[in-house]
Amino acid sequence: MSESTSSSGLSILPQDEAKSRVKPVMESRSGSWKWFFLLLLPYIGLLWLPLYAKAEPRLLGFPFFYWYQFAWVLLTMFLIDFVYRRTR
Amino acid sequence: MNTSLNWVATGVFVFFFVVVAVMGFLSAHWQRGDLNKLDEWGLGGRRFGVLITWFLLGGDFYTAYTIIAVPAFVYGAGAIGFFALPYTILVYPFVFVVMPRLWSVSKRHNYITLADFARGRYGSRTLALAIAITGILATMPYIALQLVGLQVTIAALGLHGSRFVNDLPLVVAFLVLAAFAYTSGLRAPASIALVKDTMVYIFVLSAVVWIPLKFGGFAHIFNVAGQALASRSTTGTLILPQSQYLPFATLALGSALAAFLYPHTVTGVLSSSSATTIKRNAVLLPIYTLLLGLLASLGYMAIAAGVHVTSTNDTLPSLLEKVFPSWFVGFSFAAIAIGALVPAAIMAIAASNLFTRNIYREYIRPQVAPSEEATVAKVTAILIIVGALVFVVLGAQSYAIVLQLLGGIWITQTLPSVVFGLFARWFHPKALMVGWFAGMFCGTAMAWSQNLKSAIYPLHIGGTTLASYAAIDALILNLAVAAALTILLGGLGVDRGSDETVPADYVESTI
Repeated sequence: MSESTSSSGLSILPQDEAKSRVKPVMESRSGSWKWFFLLLLPYIGLLWLPLYAKAEPRLLGFPFFYWYQFAWVLLTMFLIDFVYRRTR
Repeated sequence: MNTSLNWVATGVFVFFFVVVAVMGFLSAHWQRGDLNKLDEWGLGGRRFGVLITWFLLGGDFYTAYTIIAVPAFVYGAGAIGFFALPYTILVYPFVFVVMPRLWSVSKRHNYITLADFARGRYGSRTLALAIAITGILATMPYIALQLVGLQVTIAALGLHGSRFVNDLPLVVAFLVLAAFAYTSGLRAPASIALVKDTMVYIFVLSAVVWIPLKFGGFAHIFNVAGQALASRSTTGTLILPQSQYLPFATLALGSALAAFLYPHTVTGVLSSSSATTIKRNAVLLPIYTLLLGLLASLGYMAIAAGVHVTSTNDTLPSLLEKVFPSWFVGFSFAAIAIGALVPAAIMAIAASNLFTRNIYREYIRPQVAPSEEATVAKVTAILIIVGALVFVVLGAQSYAIVLQLLGGIWITQTLPSVVFGLFARWFHPKALMVGWFAGMFCGTAMAWSQNLKSAIYPLHIGGTTLASYAAIDALILNLAVAAALTILLGGLGVDRGSDETVPADYVESTI
């Protein structure tokens, strides 16, 4: 079991590393670093409590305070993935 | 709680536990490497791909204690217990930006610990020692807490007898843990994490689907929980009150900053096969955060289901026993118990890497041969596990919780050296040392002033009181001291120490 999972885990590697080897370091970084500022959004959205410490509107029975936090999980995954694609 | 042994649950529990223990031993043969080298034993040869790293870091970061403590916190205190959700979201942008650089420079210079990095970057043995000691101090109580998670589930199975009988399963479990950590190194928790996390996902998802169906839906659960919290004499509420904004935010931010400075998470990062593997995991690991959020909501479900406990740590086990058939209770408890072994093994391995590399080789035997280095690490790992076991069996759990609280404050104080160091060599190593000391001292004093009951410190500034997580206050002091002294020492022309790294080392390379 471990055998098959490990090979699928590793199989993603070679092509990724090959890409980063082909692309010169400076080229992939120049200009694209601005995208990193997007990663500040979750910090603002989650650390500024007045934004979401309230009960309404509810969603599927969840008070706003809760579903808002769950929504940020998905949004953060999306943001990191976006920055990853733009900067690699 | 059961008053007599639940045979079905215990049978299922023991079955899964044995399967996993056998896996732990067999994993020495997986992706075979020379286990007489420290980076093979203690980092799995830096070979884990995206999927294995995902399971390993997930199993490492979301520990058994987390599984027990988060629903317990929400059950007892309401909204503030949900700080765990922003915490485990905000950690990933940080991981995405910082950790690939750590991986790259560590691969280039064969660093195994953060202290290795500090030594190379700042040419300072003292700074490296400070970081190694902080790491070991913060990790030890964390291992003991995993044992507490294990203890809670074993007790919930209904095992009641003499003290010897009660402790026996715990001792057996941890001797098994020590044995497979010794023989297989990091490969053991990596392979076990696969099974354990699958089991955890199954039981949490079943619980969050089944319990709302049984108790009238989420809206009803939140309503009942809100009323129950309001009727209690304690301060818990369903929606975070303004007085708790700052504690909530600083707890989330401070914990997020500290999370990947711990030796066990760093070990998880360094064991992956490339910087890209880490970036992709920063995208994928929040899936575990969804799970954690659902787990936190189980605290409210316990209130709605009418669970009453004397110790809040029993919240989750009691809830599961109340709503699920015995065999599934056994399955869930096994998931939690195995969930204790994975992080405990990684923590023991990480702490022994620190001891071996940064204390033994640095200060005791500089000429140590690679195979001897690996042997020392293996023996140290066993001693650490046995030490944690003795601690818990002697009934010192409450100290473990206090020390874990302090550990979070302490480990945060290594941030200036490590995180800033990964981006620029601006700070003076001596300034970092003094800053670290100031942060450690101030953070400890703040927690001490709260009788070590809480990490939330009411800071009086002018006429207002700001209650915030002491780790953040101490970190601000730490940074201010380090920055001021760096400027001062620079002005005085004090030697800035050497730096064996160059900027290119920090960007992904395959060398």
